[in-house]
Amino acid sequence: MPAERRLPRGLHAVALLLALFAFDRAVALLHNPYFSQVLVLVAVNVILAVSLNLILGFTGQFSLGHAGFFGIGMYVAAAISVHAGGPILAFLHEVLHLPLPAGRTLFFLLLLGAGGAAAAATGVVVGLPSLRLQGDYLAIATLGFGEIIRIVILNIEAVGGARGLSVVSSIPAYDVRYEGLFAVYTVAVASILLVARLVYSTRGRAYLAVRDDEIAVESLGTSPTRVKTEAFVVGAALAGVAGVLFSQSQGYVHTNSFTFLRSVEAVAFVVLGGMGSITGSILAASALTVAPELLRSVADYRMVAYSLVMIGMMLLRPEGLFGTRELTLGGLRRLLGRRTRVAGTTP
Amino acid sequence: MEAFFQQLVNGIAWGGIYALIALGYTMVYGVLKLINFAHGEVYMMGAMSGYYSARWLGLSERPGAASLLAALGIAMAFCAALGAAIERVAYRPLRRAPRLAPLITAIGVSLFFQNAGQLVFGADPKVAPQLLETREVLRFGEVGVTNLQLVILGVASALCVALTFVVQRTRVGRAMRAVAFDRETAALMGVPIDRVIAFTFALGSALAAAAGILVSLSNPKVDPLMGLMPGLKAFVAAVLGGIGSLPGAMLGGVLMGIAETLVAGYLSSTYRDAIAFVILIVILVLRPAGLLGHAAKEKV
Repeated sequence: MPAERRLPRGLHAVALLLALFAFDRAVALLHNPYFSQVLVLVAVNVILAVSLNLILGFTGQFSLGHAGFFGIGMYVAAAISVHAGGPILAFLHEVLHLPLPAGRTLFFLLLLGAGGAAAAATGVVVGLPSLRLQGDYLAIATLGFGEIIRIVILNIEAVGGARGLSVVSSIPAYDVRYEGLFAVYTVAVASILLVARLVYSTRGRAYLAVRDDEIAVESLGTSPTRVKTEAFVVGAALAGVAGVLFSQSQGYVHTNSFTFLRSVEAVAFVVLGGMGSITGSILAASALTVAPELLRSVADYRMVAYSLVMIGMMLLRPEGLFGTRELTLGGLRRLLGRRTRVAGTTP
Repeated sequence: MEAFFQQLVNGIAWGGIYALIALGYTMVYGVLKLINFAHGEVYMMGAMSGYYSARWLGLSERPGAASLLAALGIAMAFCAALGAAIERVAYRPLRRAPRLAPLITAIGVSLFFQNAGQLVFGADPKVAPQLLETREVLRFGEVGVTNLQLVILGVASALCVALTFVVQRTRVGRAMRAVAFDRETAALMGVPIDRVIAFTFALGSALAAAAGILVSLSNPKVDPLMGLMPGLKAFVAAVLGGIGSLPGAMLGGVLMGIAETLVAGYLSSTYRDAIAFVILIVILVLRPAGLLGHAAKEKV
């Protein structure tokens, strides 16, 4: 299969980028900053949901601290752009004589890399001790780490402490309002493809195996802790990337943006969309981000609806969302179908 | 030094409240191996029912022991029913499902009460009516103990003794221990599993309700989100003491209360919420069975 797909794949990438560019231009024509902002939020939540799905859905590790990594990415990007943004941009433009767009793109990539790397490093620190724990203990330990991250950031004066940090005023912001959608959605699509590629690779089989039977994995000579940590760190890095996008698009960061509730929200996306279904996460995250915007008048009921959906989903089809043997096979078939569909978005 | 002892006194009183909540976690974990995330919300509903019963029955106009007992009784009865109802609706259908399923419904139930509570009761904190007037009753040098702290400790200890009696000396208590030890075998011996589990939830929820009433004595701010943090911290207390162990939950609760007031007093009150999670992670890494718990062998 790889041989016959080698040529089209390169074309796919080009077509995908063209489609994203067209999407970006189409939205810019609407001249509606609010609409663009909602679309950015959709992308951020989709990355959060897909990255948590890698941990919760595919590897079966219940993390309730995903918002912590999101917050790390958010604050690392904000801190770099506030404290070092000016000099770095000056260096890129005046010393290296890069044209303005190239300099900004490079700076944006630097922020993404730094945010993702910091979140990944935190993921190692959090994951190594907590992933030795099972199910509910893991949930509560990750919850604890998520809260600790938030409280520590809340106490760092250099990033504004409880006042939060204004990002726009001090940096030549990478404008994610109109032009930025291309960048944001390229990052989102890249994150989704990364997770999809990872899960369907030989390496990714180990994730599913750990979810289905940890003891069997161990008896085959693969360390479940290593596999779990790997999935956890990749998921954390992507959550950090989502945080970078969030901080750059909001212009203001505050620790209230990644409380325990945000982790729960990410879990709701994954549970609703189906644990182990990437398209499910994408759809659920998009729907749950857009719906409250459309239904402003009943937005108060959003969290009540979330909670009822979580309960109802588990009561009505708990097995449908978990990997019993045949449902795993069914799930895999669904996943394969989805893979062609992801590729299919590139005509 | 006086300040230290004063913090210690405050911490022990605060710990009594954690201990009461932690008992519910540990009992439910004992019989179902489930973290009942909604337990903090039961505690919130206890405080709420205390608030409304005090207002509607005019208990706050006659502060005193009788009013306090009435509020305690109403809240405990209400929450016992609520706890059993939550178990019936959200957990019982999932008895045979994978372990993540009831955990997610537990979070769902918790979210439901927080958010439905904000819609029904309003999101702004309410000031709980005073059921007892605060006054200092004991004084050792610079260290003062208020009657509220004594009442909190007294009620908490009495409930702990009563609970220990129920679990160790009664038929239903023996059934609870049997279910916790081995549910299937207990069922084979004729123990009515469903009723015992429902009773366990009712008992734990009544204790959480008592904690809700006691906390609104000394800290009269009642709001729909008040259960979130104390619930999580009480769970940490249960893990610290050794989950599944009743004396462990009491010990863990008191230690947690002391640790928290000391951190708030000597470090910074913003780190108050972090210490619980630091304790949790340290205990999970160093001694997952907890201080008084027994390590369980994982069966292959």
